[in-house]
Amino acid sequence: MFGTISNIVAAFLTLCIFSFLYKDNPFYKFAESLLVGVSMGYAIPLVYENAFIPYVYRPIFLQNKFLIIIPTLMGVLYIFRFSKNLSWLSRYPIVFGMAIVGMFVPMSLNARVLVQMRSTMLPLDNINTILIFIGVVTILMYFFFSKEHKGTYGKISNVGIWYMMVGFGASFGYTVMARISLLIGRIQFLLGECLGLIK
Amino acid sequence: MKRQIPLLIVIGLGLLFVVHTFVPHKISEDFYEWWQTWSKAISPFMVLLGIMSLFMVHSTKIKRKTANWQYSFVTLGGLLITAFVGFMWGTREGTPYMWLFKNIQMPMSATMFSLLAFYIASAAYKAFRARSVEATVLLLAAVIVMLGQVPLGAQISHWIPDTSKWILNVPNLASKRAITLGVGLGITATSLKILLGIERKYLGGD
Repeated sequence: MFGTISNIVAAFLTLCIFSFLYKDNPFYKFAESLLVGVSMGYAIPLVYENAFIPYVYRPIFLQNKFLIIIPTLMGVLYIFRFSKNLSWLSRYPIVFGMAIVGMFVPMSLNARVLVQMRSTMLPLDNINTILIFIGVVTILMYFFFSKEHKGTYGKISNVGIWYMMVGFGASFGYTVMARISLLIGRIQFLLGECLGLIK
Repeated sequence: MKRQIPLLIVIGLGLLFVVHTFVPHKISEDFYEWWQTWSKAISPFMVLLGIMSLFMVHSTKIKRKTANWQYSFVTLGGLLITAFVGFMWGTREGTPYMWLFKNIQMPMSATMFSLLAFYIASAAYKAFRARSVEATVLLLAAVIVMLGQVPLGAQISHWIPDTSKWILNVPNLASKRAITLGVGLGITATSLKILLGIERKYLGGD
């Protein structure tokens, strides 16, 4: 009985969202608003249990690490974001987190630039390595806007567009597959678990 | 001073982070651990800010009776009930909190994402109508990759999964690599701008 009620609730909300395929309607708006509220409500106890208790409450009250009171007070400063006169106080917790950009400079340069360049500049001893090298160079040339894309340069950068189109096509294909598998899951739920039409 | 001190904190701590990346000394490791501990203590309050923001937006909508204000009750009700249930009976398997997750949150979010399958199909149709060579190349690559992932593709021809694999490993890799290079340079430039105090938008107004 309880399982049936659960399925009815889930099926009703699933159909409410699918109703958007016809047009925007009150059922969809209801489900959309509920999803926002429930998702946020779902996060609150999880954050309390997995972040507040282990990193704030336990260190201060059980382990007597009173220095943690300072970042806790800094966290409280976030709330001043809503005050017109004191909103500047909320900058302190923001800048504390923002300081990590110092680490991004060398790390991003290494992982996203140097490592990628190293992996591209391999000995050009097979056709795939040559094609990858040509692809990377032509795409980078396409994104170099200081020179007009005309003549030979335009033709070379055009090769980059073709590479990118194939890359975007592959990503598009993967995204479609992921969404369709979700759709199949919902249809299986409606026809199988709810209506019992699929065994 | 309201802007200068936060700016000095970013520059000072940021430069220490640059040093930390290159110097694997114990002091440097301790500094990073200290920053992580403090950041974790600050993090729950970010969620509090989000909750307060959501409450303020929806309570204003209700107060001013703007368009679709009635649905704000649904959002706030959903938030309060889910949070209350989570605090009251816990978040473990078999609790009402998990029932809400399995029968309300999860089916709705999965359906919401599955809706995109329909819109992607219509976008593909529009792209195909454009009849440009680039759009055709994009769709062709997408179709081959999709067919390469399902048994039907192998049944049509063994070339389809092989070509799909080649597309993913060669032109797709080249494209992703070049884009990653661009993104990397972008991140580095933006990080440097923040570190040197040139980019200050994150500080907000006043």
